[in-house]
Parts: sequence; structure tokens; C-alpha cells
Amino acid sequence: MPDLEPAANGSSEQSRAGGRYFTRFTRAQRYLHAVLFTTFLGLAATGLPMRFSQSFWARRFASAVGGFGTIIFFHKFFALVLTLAFLIHLRVIFTRGVVNREKGIFWGATSMVANWKDVKDLVGHLRWMVGLGPKPQFERYAYWEKFDYWAVFWGMIVIGFSGYAMWFAPFFARFLPGWALNAVLVVHSEEGLLAILFIFSIHFVNTHLRPDTFPMDMVIFTGVESEEEFKTKRPQEYQRVAREGKLEERIAAAPALWFTNFSRVVGYAAILIGLVLLVLTLSAYFT
Amino acid sequence: MKTAFSITLALGALLVAAAPGMAQANSDCLTCHGDAGMQDASGHSVSVDAHKFDASLHGSLKCGDCHTAIKEYPHPDQVTPVKCDTCHADEAAGLAGSVHSVRAEHPCTSCHGDAHAIFPKDDPKSAVYPLNIPRTCGACHGNDAVAKKHGLPNVYPMYIDSIHGFALSKEGLLVAANCNSCHGSHHILSHNDPQSRTYKVNIPKTCGSCHAGITADYMGGVHGKAVAAGKLDAPVCSDCHTAHAILQPTEAEFRTQSTPICGSCHKEKFSTYRDTFHSQLGSLGGYVETARCWDCHGAHEILPASDPRSPIAPANLVKTCGRCHAGANASFVKYQPHANAHSRKLNPALYYVTLFMNLLLVSVLTFFMIHTILWLIRSRYDQVKRRSAGGGKHA
Repeated sequence: MPDLEPAANGSSEQSRAGGRYFTRFTRAQRYLHAVLFTTFLGLAATGLPMRFSQSFWARRFASAVGGFGTIIFFHKFFALVLTLAFLIHLRVIFTRGVVNREKGIFWGATSMVANWKDVKDLVGHLRWMVGLGPKPQFERYAYWEKFDYWAVFWGMIVIGFSGYAMWFAPFFARFLPGWALNAVLVVHSEEGLLAILFIFSIHFVNTHLRPDTFPMDMVIFTGVESEEEFKTKRPQEYQRVAREGKLEERIAAAPALWFTNFSRVVGYAAILIGLVLLVLTLSAYFT
Repeated sequence: MKTAFSITLALGALLVAAAPGMAQANSDCLTCHGDAGMQDASGHSVSVDAHKFDASLHGSLKCGDCHTAIKEYPHPDQVTPVKCDTCHADEAAGLAGSVHSVRAEHPCTSCHGDAHAIFPKDDPKSAVYPLNIPRTCGACHGNDAVAKKHGLPNVYPMYIDSIHGFALSKEGLLVAANCNSCHGSHHILSHNDPQSRTYKVNIPKTCGSCHAGITADYMGGVHGKAVAAGKLDAPVCSDCHTAHAILQPTEAEFRTQSTPICGSCHKEKFSTYRDTFHSQLGSLGGYVETARCWDCHGAHEILPASDPRSPIAPANLVKTCGRCHAGANASFVKYQPHANAHSRKLNPALYYVTLFMNLLLVSVLTFFMIHTILWLIRSRYDQVKRRSAGGGKHA
């Protein structure tokens, strides 16, 4: 039943944009993001009490949930789920880019790999911010989106490796030098802290909370965006796709209202949890 | 009743008059003092329970043996107090030099209870029977006002919840330490007095009177040797276990509270320990198995790493770490439980890793913070301009 509603009522965005919607993310990509942010929130909520175990809230949280044993159990659980998601992602990249030789995975306009245009966009974007030039015309993935992606990618490897090195320390000790066992905790907690501070402040604002997208960019949940959004946010991609005559292929149904609302609730909850964790982190960091 | 009483008095007077200078029998005194309601001029009870007295330790004595001042009847209203010293000279001498020497404040009866119902100390009815001692001492030392007046801690509640107090009050163990076991009985001295059983240097011996094995271990360790050599900075039993609120050492509460105690002297080691996983996890409640100081160093016979018997001697590390970390091997024990990330000299690799991570964190966040703030300002500026130019409904 709810699926039928948008067609009848439509959202205000839909009517403004003349009703055309375009696919930006596949279902698998949206699921990946959902798994990523759920496990990330879980890892942050269980990791922070361990990192700041001297703070009052860490001890209260620990005693409320049944102590450290519970915390580490869920930390490891979320870590395993996220590792699995990461491995699936690597397999998808490998299949698409290496096995199927799909174009645009490792290089080109649709790739996540940084290129010269990203450097020019960054400089141009900064110049635009201070009023020294026009706003750059972004392609499918803007430079800050690529940074987000690679920050997570690098973080996965660094935090994941150091985490497993602690979990299975006697095993890792067979081929790691002695000091590395000391270093993995520093690496794990500092990189984790960087990820938490970055996601809960920079990513939240850049992607969701800045005026152009406030309060939330729904495209990562619904997978589709209005034609107006597509045109203004990524003009170069829009023009390229139009030039290639592939706009029609990307046209999609407007998101169901129930699904948009559901996504909003989930998204707001995620942002709220993130902001609370950010405040707790900062309070522990500066006291 | 009143008439009967007068008659008894008169009879008593007759008897006394008939035998002047002779010691009265107890029954003579009880003629009056056997009345349960008998009070002196100031309203204090001066009655004696003959049954209790007969059963008591002093039951074979005559009233006059203690109440020596009373020779005849009628006796004066004011009589000189009984001097227990007459028989108990050693105890009196001990008491004289003790913290309880002011006799007016600490009469014998304050601990031994009713003077006419004193029982041997191995009799459960005795106020100084081992299981009754804490309550007896606690009558004063469990009182906030008394504690405050003398600048002492209110020790009774601490003791009664301690492992000793629990063993005594809940299990009824006669061997459980009561107040006297550590402080002595009559000759109790301040812990500042070098002669005191609770003077710092003497504490291992005091505790060792029960905990002989542990004390032997302790005396063989660095702390015991230091104390024996007169270095009073080194801890004795009570520094780690506390004096009265002693907990079972395997209890979560003791495990979480005791690391800072070691840290109060070993500051640098405590600070580096705090940086480790052991400490981070250990600070959170509910999980107390993470390594505390003594899990690695031993608790009583603490020996330096250079001593081959020490659990932290290089040759013993695999075994020591292996007690928690199954599969610990020679390279695993190269982990440094007290690595100092701030010391380039001691831990160069860790120092540079930490430096790199901090630089990465600060530079990434600083760059993007500026980037985001500029972006926010510009976006908002454009938004406001767009709306006012459009003159639309949002203007």
C-alpha cells in the first residue's frame, strides 16, 4: 500500500523538479552505506568508552551495559560485520574492474580514484568559497566525496589490521616486531578517533548539514535524486550523461514516501547518536 | 513492701551491730543490693543480680574483696571506686601508658562490661569474647562524635564490612582478626609510637602473627627488605590492603581500587600503565581480569626483573604473560607493558608512530575544519542572496 502513495501525493521536491528522478546509487551501494554507518556507530559507541575509560560517562556506560565484557563483545561483533562488508566491497570492485573489465572503475570520470581535475576542483572550490572565482563544475564524485571514500578505505585497513593484531596478539607477534604490539593500540585508537571526529563533524556537515542539503542528503538512502539536484550538484556529470544520450537509462521512480520518511528517521537517529558521541569525545578529550 | 524493707534494714543493722569489724557475707549486701530497683541518690542502679554474679568469673569473691572501702553498715552514700588494679596489676600497668590511660574516660567496665557479670574471655557471654570485641570497641569507635573528638577515623563500619569483619560477624570465625588481634588489649599505643603493634615498621609482624606465610614472602621482596632497612617510604601490609576496610583481594572492588595505590608511589609506571590496554579495560567496571600491577610483579614477594625468581625476569615472561594470554610466545612478550610513547630515547618506534598519528589527526581535521567553515559561510551567503533576489516566499 504505502508504495503507491508517492505517485498520488508526490513530495514537494518532486513537484518542484518536474517529477524526473535519476539513479545515483545502486541498491548494493545503499546497503553498504547502511551497514557501514550502523557498524561504525556501534564501533564508536563501544570503542570510545575503552579509549576514554577514565571519563565518568565511560564507567557509567560500562556498568549500565554489564561491564567491559559486553562492550568488547559488541565491538568485536560490529568489527566482524564491517570486515565482512569491506571484503564484499573489495570483491565487487575486483569483479567489476578486473574480471568484467568494466570501464570507469579505476580511472575516468566515474572512478573513485583521484585525478588532476580533483586537484583543480579543490583549489577552485576554495577560491569560490572566498569569492575569488566561479564554483567548480563537479563530476560524479566530488573531491571531498573521494576523500571520504579513501579515508574510510584507509581507515578500514589501518584500524582493521591494528584491531585484529590486538585481538590475536600472540598470533600476530609471530611476524610483528615487539614494539608493534605497543604501537597497534596507539594506531587503532588514534585512527579511530580521527575517523569519529571526521565523520561526526566534517562528513556530517559536508554531506548532510550544510545549507544546500540541510538537514540531510537523502540520496544515499533512496538511491535517487531529482533532476534539479542532479543538475546543480554535479553539472559536469549531468552534461556528460546527456551528451552520451544515457539520461533515459538513469531515470528512476520517485522514492516512496514511506521509504523517504523511514530513511529520515534512521538518518536523523544516526546523526543524533553521532553528535552525542562527538560531544562526549570532546568532553573527555579536553578534561 | 515498704514495711518489709524497713524490717530487713533493721535486721541488717542488728546483725552488723552484733558483729562489728567482721567481713559481711555477700548475702548481707544483697539484702539491700539484691533489689532490682535499688538506686543511689543520683538515680544510678546499684542493684546486683546475684545469680549472674555467682556465675561470673568473680562469683567466688566477696563483695568486700573489691569494695574494700566498705567495712561496716550503714556505709556512706559516697564510696571510693573499686580498684581492679589490686589484683590486675599487669593489666593496669599496661593501661596506664596506653591511649586509654585516662581512667575516668575509660574505666575497666567500659570494655569488660557490667562489673558484677564479668566472664572469662573465652566465654561467649564475655564482652571481650573474640566475637564480641568489635561490638565492644565499636561502642566508642563506631561513633562519629567520638571519632571526631579524638581525630580518629570511624573504624567500626569499615572493619565490620571488611574481610576480617565478615569472617567474624557472619562466619563466627574465632581466628578472624578482631580489634585486639592487631591493637593488643590493655597496652594499646598510637600507631605513631615506635613501640606500637600498629607502628609502620611493626605492621608486618603484627599481620604475620596470623599471615605467617605471606609475611615471609613479603619480607623477602623489595618492599619488605626496604622496610626492614628502615626505609619507611616502602609500603607495609596496610598501605595496600588498608588497615580496617580490608577487602578480599580477588574482589572486583579491590582489583579496581588498588592499582592507584601502587601508583601513588610508582607515578611514572602508573602513568605509562594507564596508556595501555590493560589499564583502559581495567578501569571499566565489570571486567577485572586485565593485568594489574601484582598480576605481573607478584603481590608480596616483589622482586626486580634482574632477579631470576621474579615473574618479570626475562626468562619467566612467557609463563607470566601466558597466565592470561594463551599462546604467548617469545616475541609476544616483547610487548612493553610500560612503554612511554613520549620518550624518543626509550621507545623510538612508538614515539614516531604516535607522532605520525597525531600529526595526521591534527592536519586532516584542521584542513577540513577550515574547508568546512568557509564552505558553510559561502553557502549560507549564496542562499540568503538567492532568496532575497528571488523575492520569493522564503525571502
